[in-house]
Amino acid sequence: MSGLALFVHQFRYDQKAFWRNPASVFFTVMFPVILLLIFATVFGGQTVDVRGGIKTTAYYVPAIITLAVISATMQSLAMSLVIAREDGRLKRGRGTPMPAWVFIAGRIGNSAVVALLMLALMAAIGRLLYGVAIPWEHLPEIVVTLLIGTAAFCCLGIALTAAIPSQDAAAPIVNALLLPLYFLSGVFIPDDQLPSGVIHFADLFPIRHFFEAFFDVYAPGSSGGLQWDNLAVVALWGVAGLLLAIRFFRWTPRGG
Amino acid sequence: MSDPVISIRGLRKSYGDFEAVRGIDLEVRAGEVFAFLGPNGAGKTTTVEILEGYRKRSGGEVEVLGEDPQRGDRAWHERIGVVLQSCRLDPYLTVRESLGLYAGYYRAPRPVDEVIELVGLAGKADVRASGLSGGQQRRLDVGMALVGDPELLFLDEPTTGFDPSARRQAWETIAGLRDLGKTVFLTTHYMDEAQRLADRVTIISRGEVVASGTPDDLGNRESLPTTISYRLGDEDVSVETTTPVADLHALTERAIAQGLELEGLEVTRPNLEDVYLSLTEKDTE
Repeated sequence: MSGLALFVHQFRYDQKAFWRNPASVFFTVMFPVILLLIFATVFGGQTVDVRGGIKTTAYYVPAIITLAVISATMQSLAMSLVIAREDGRLKRGRGTPMPAWVFIAGRIGNSAVVALLMLALMAAIGRLLYGVAIPWEHLPEIVVTLLIGTAAFCCLGIALTAAIPSQDAAAPIVNALLLPLYFLSGVFIPDDQLPSGVIHFADLFPIRHFFEAFFDVYAPGSSGGLQWDNLAVVALWGVAGLLLAIRFFRWTPRGG
Repeated sequence: MSDPVISIRGLRKSYGDFEAVRGIDLEVRAGEVFAFLGPNGAGKTTTVEILEGYRKRSGGEVEVLGEDPQRGDRAWHERIGVVLQSCRLDPYLTVRESLGLYAGYYRAPRPVDEVIELVGLAGKADVRASGLSGGQQRRLDVGMALVGDPELLFLDEPTTGFDPSARRQAWETIAGLRDLGKTVFLTTHYMDEAQRLADRVTIISRGEVVASGTPDDLGNRESLPTTISYRLGDEDVSVETTTPVADLHALTERAIAQGLELEGLEVTRPNLEDVYLSLTEKDTE
């Protein structure tokens, strides 16, 4: 088989396994939907003091899409790769003629498809339940922003596996990293209510920059132009993740 | 004569100060089931993982299918099948899907249905791995190693932790591999498994070969002493002898002359288990 055919072959099975796994479907697909429904219900009808005031629902749709993309990429990859590594499945795959890159590419392809699907799902829920307009005119910018984020957070997720020693440690480590940053980056709490010191701290990490870049192509009243400065920071984090992944990624179990 | 499938000369492997493999020589010929036997920690898995290309050796020469496994390329991997000592399969894929996934990695795979039949999972083809018993999962694992139709198959402790009926089924599957003309490199710490399946056995202990041969003549079993044991009054008597016929004759003659019945009289030849234990006992304290 050619490289592309091998990739498609691997990707198809990764998709099957992803959609049959209740944990991955809940945390990657259902959890962002539930969050959006909760935030929109609890804080709906208020306005957020950004861009001269927008509705909270219009704020939370791009915010939770940001979370959903990171969840489909960094979180999902870090968890599933650690589980496969500790089960011995990565090592077993290395004993076949399949080139290593095919395995990783299949997983990244899986994450990218899920991320795009979550974009569509969240946009549809925002439109149908809360009347948040879908900015069709910015679709190319939205997709480019999402793909840059997907690539970067996939690299970070693969790199993160090197810091996770066991299956049991995967969820705590991933959540301990991501949950505080969602709060500090304005994903859960609108930025107008966050002290500037908090925002400056969050600016050190890629989540805040990806959120800003995505917000600016999605939220009403935005320029719709690509936020190259924010995207550059996200991409740099991605490159750092890639280098760490190349150096430290392991195919063999760490535990006994 | 054809070249050996596996040839090892003076293989060494150290982890820091610890020398796990200390100069092993062995050869495996095409079409045989070769058992590599030893207690836990003897260096079996280290050796087999060097042969599979997972680990780098510290010294010695190794050839597997005419190549150095450290430099095994894609074409080389097409010719081997690997079953690791412990591997949990993807719980969300069915038997058929797991085999289909692996079949796609190879240029000329065996038909999936044929492999399902071969490993005795015909009734379970559409059951997910999570719904299989431990023994069935292991047989699926063997099937995934077979689906690429390799010439050489590595099985690392394929029945450890199995109940007796699961072991028997796994043995049937492995015995079937010989009929397919595969060369099988089997590591195990069960003597009866080696005896049942292998054409030739090599026993290692503490990283060194301590015995090698066919299961029947392993460790010069013929020349080991026979034990004659019996009960005399309140006393248990046990005698080791290399001339059991003469000694037994003398013993029974004396007993008859004195009108004694030797209770619990037994003559035992050392079985393979005894040979194995005596060769490896330093490791099993």
